Amino acid sequence: MDSTILRFDNLTLGYDRHPAVHHLDYAIRAGALVAVVGPNGAGKSTLLKGTIGSLAPLGGKISLTGIDPSEIAYLPQQAEIDWSFPISVFDVVAMGLWRQRGASRRFGREGDRMVGEALDTVGLGGFERRPIGTLSGGQMQRALFARLLLQDARLILLDEPFTAIDSATVRDLKGLIRRWHRERRTVVAVLHDLDQVRSEFPETLLLAREQIAAGPTEDVLSPDNLDHARRLTEAFDDGAALCVR
Amino acid sequence: MYDAVIAPFVEFGFMRRALVGCLALSLGATPIGVFLTLRRMSLTGDAMAHAILPGAALGYLVAGLSLGAMTLGGVIAGVTVAMLSGLVARTTVAREDSSLAAFYLISLAVGVVIVSTRGSNVDLLHILFGTVLALNDAAIYLVAGIATVTLFGLAVLYRPLVMECFDPGFLRSVSSLSPVGHYSFLVLAVLNLVGGFHALGTLMAVGIMILPAAAARFWTRDLTPLVVIGVLAAFVGGYVGLLLSYHASLPSGPAIILTAGAFYLFSLSFGPDGVIMTHLRPRRHLEA
Repeated sequence: MDSTILRFDNLTLGYDRHPAVHHLDYAIRAGALVAVVGPNGAGKSTLLKGTIGSLAPLGGKISLTGIDPSEIAYLPQQAEIDWSFPISVFDVVAMGLWRQRGASRRFGREGDRMVGEALDTVGLGGFERRPIGTLSGGQMQRALFARLLLQDARLILLDEPFTAIDSATVRDLKGLIRRWHRERRTVVAVLHDLDQVRSEFPETLLLAREQIAAGPTEDVLSPDNLDHARRLTEAFDDGAALCVR
Repeated sequence: MYDAVIAPFVEFGFMRRALVGCLALSLGATPIGVFLTLRRMSLTGDAMAHAILPGAALGYLVAGLSLGAMTLGGVIAGVTVAMLSGLVARTTVAREDSSLAAFYLISLAVGVVIVSTRGSNVDLLHILFGTVLALNDAAIYLVAGIATVTLFGLAVLYRPLVMECFDPGFLRSVSSLSPVGHYSFLVLAVLNLVGGFHALGTLMAVGIMILPAAAARFWTRDLTPLVVIGVLAAFVGGYVGLLLSYHASLPSGPAIILTAGAFYLFSLSFGPDGVIMTHLRPRRHLEA
């Protein structure tokens, strides 16, 4: 039953030929709830970008089993989005229906209804016509989660979903993640708050350019491992960014 | 009143043609301009407008003042520069803006050299500043045809374009259309610049794209009205600019762009999101 949905084989990802993630071997089971943690610059976001295919591996490979790349839902960091773009909350959430509607198919009443439901679920009912530029940070994140809901994806990748978000929103969004987990969807989230990881995520991948530890969260987040990750990052300089293996 | 604002277009065929040309340009170029400004590519439009020059000049060299040859040359030169700079940015350490600047400067210099070695200064002025008052049938068909292609193209590209502007990472995660959308959009931009260059010249063509679009941003925060306001502003700018040039004997291209520029300054000052309304009005919070 526990079949692998996403596997990294000797994976190296990077920019301008400088590796940001080295020789990673890891397999994620279908239905798993995995936190990716590690110091700044450890390659966490890079790993997600590689998985959605916007960054080609420098070495090794990423394989998906039993799932098409278009069935991955991805939550980017808030900073990668142009919040000044003149677009309504409705239109942002409606992007989640891309897989059914594509570039040209009719949106229709059914689409309107689904967007409305998703907004109700994240607590933004009635916000349809609001320009996104007028939302607070927490509301923006709720809108992006509504978009994720509509994507109805089996593999969900979240890049820092709770960074700089108010606590009420964090609570509600955690509830959504738990719901996805119950629905047997696979969720992989990049996180910074280790208490959140301990309380919500059974499985953890600790990265510091390379894999430090992976497995059950309590074992992975041991003081030794965390210390090891921190020391590795302190040692990073331009030379250290080159692969030494 | 009639004499001032309508009679010139009733009495003179060249004024009517110029007005039709402006309408077609507004319909095609301004929506492109809206997306250029939203993608922070206004100056990219400017650079591509300059890049068109050597192609148009080569066409002129081969076939004289031939619409077809100059159009073809302009499109080829514009698309080449746009693709090359995109390619350089993706494969080297250079950023897209610096490579675009490099290519368009080279392109512009080549163009001016070609025109000046073989033509006269009058020809150079014609290419740089256009001849909206001398649009013939073929030129009007061309500009109208480009507007038609643009509107259909934008209808097809609309969703991917909006997503690419707002959240490029998301589009790349759900679809492989991102590069297709990007390059088709650049081709549409080049087509419109070439259309605009027949009427307004290479230097002014980008004005009818960017100024109304930039001005409209101060009036609305939603994309659809943004496009509508931009198109209306561009057309009214063309109409008023033509009247100005008729009554005051001003060169028509610059008169049109100046009118659009005046609307931009007005919007910047008095639009709901303009300077005065944002900074000087009493700041009361909204109450339910």
